[in-house]
Amino acid sequence: MAMIVDALSWVFLLTGGFLGVSGGIGILRFPDFFTRLHAAGVTDTLCAALILLGLMMQAGWGLVAVKLAFIILFLSFTGPVAAHALARAALHGGLMPLLHRAEDDPSKS
Amino acid sequence: MRHIISLTLILAGFWLLLSGHFVPLLLGLGAVSILLVVAIALRMDAFDHENQPLHLTFRFTPYWVWLAGEIVKSNIEVVRCIWGPVSAISPTRIHLTATQRSDVGKVIYANSITLTPGTVAMRLEGDQIEVHALTRAAAASLQGGEMGRRVRELER
Repeated sequence: MAMIVDALSWVFLLTGGFLGVSGGIGILRFPDFFTRLHAAGVTDTLCAALILLGLMMQAGWGLVAVKLAFIILFLSFTGPVAAHALARAALHGGLMPLLHRAEDDPSKS
Repeated sequence: MRHIISLTLILAGFWLLLSGHFVPLLLGLGAVSILLVVAIALRMDAFDHENQPLHLTFRFTPYWVWLAGEIVKSNIEVVRCIWGPVSAISPTRIHLTATQRSDVGKVIYANSITLTPGTVAMRLEGDQIEVHALTRAAAASLQGGEMGRRVRELER
C-alpha cells in the first residue's frame, strides 16, 4: 500500500513538473500577452495542484497534508483573480488581443 | 449573529489546523487573534450575505468536482496547443451574458471561466462578461452555457 501511494505521488509530482515546464514553454511560444496568459494558467492550476497533491501523499495523513490542502484551496481563489486583474489591466492600458480573424472581435463589428 | 459565530468557528479551526500546538500560550495567542479579527470585521461592517455565502457552502462540493474535471480537460487542450504548431491556436474574443441573479453567482461564474485554462474573463460589467479564449473550441464550449447553468443551480 505504501509503495502504491509513493508511486502515485511520484506520478503526480512528475506530471506536475511536466505541466510547469509546458507552461513556461507556452509563455515563450505564444504570440501575444493574452494567449500567454492562458499558458500561465496551466502552471497555476493543474501543475500547482498536482505537485501539491503529490507532496500531500509524501507527507501522509497529518497537519502537513492539511496545510498543503489549504494552499491548493487558496491558489484556486487567488489564481483567477490575478489572471483577471492582469487581463483587465492590459485591456485598460489599450493592449488589443491578437485575434485569429478580424471578425472574432465583436467590438469592431 | 450567525455570521459572527460561524466566522469565529472557522477562524478557530483554521488556527488549530495551522498551528497543531495545544500549549496555553499558543492557544491564548490564537484566541486573541480571533477576537481581533472578529472585532475588526465588525468595525468594518463587513458582515453581510456576500463575503460569507453560508447558504452556498454545502452545495459547492458537486460543483467543485465537476469544475476539477473541466480544469483537467482544458489543461490537456492548452498543453496540446503549447507543444503543437502555433497555427493550431485561434484566439477569440466573445461576450457572454451572465444569467446568475446574485453578484456572488456572477463572480463564481467569471472566476470559474478564468480558472479553466484557455479562457480568461477579461471584463465583468453588469451582466456582460467579456472573455478571451485561446481557441474557438474553448469559446464555443463556453457559449454552450453548461458552466453558466451549473453556477445558476448553485444559487437556488
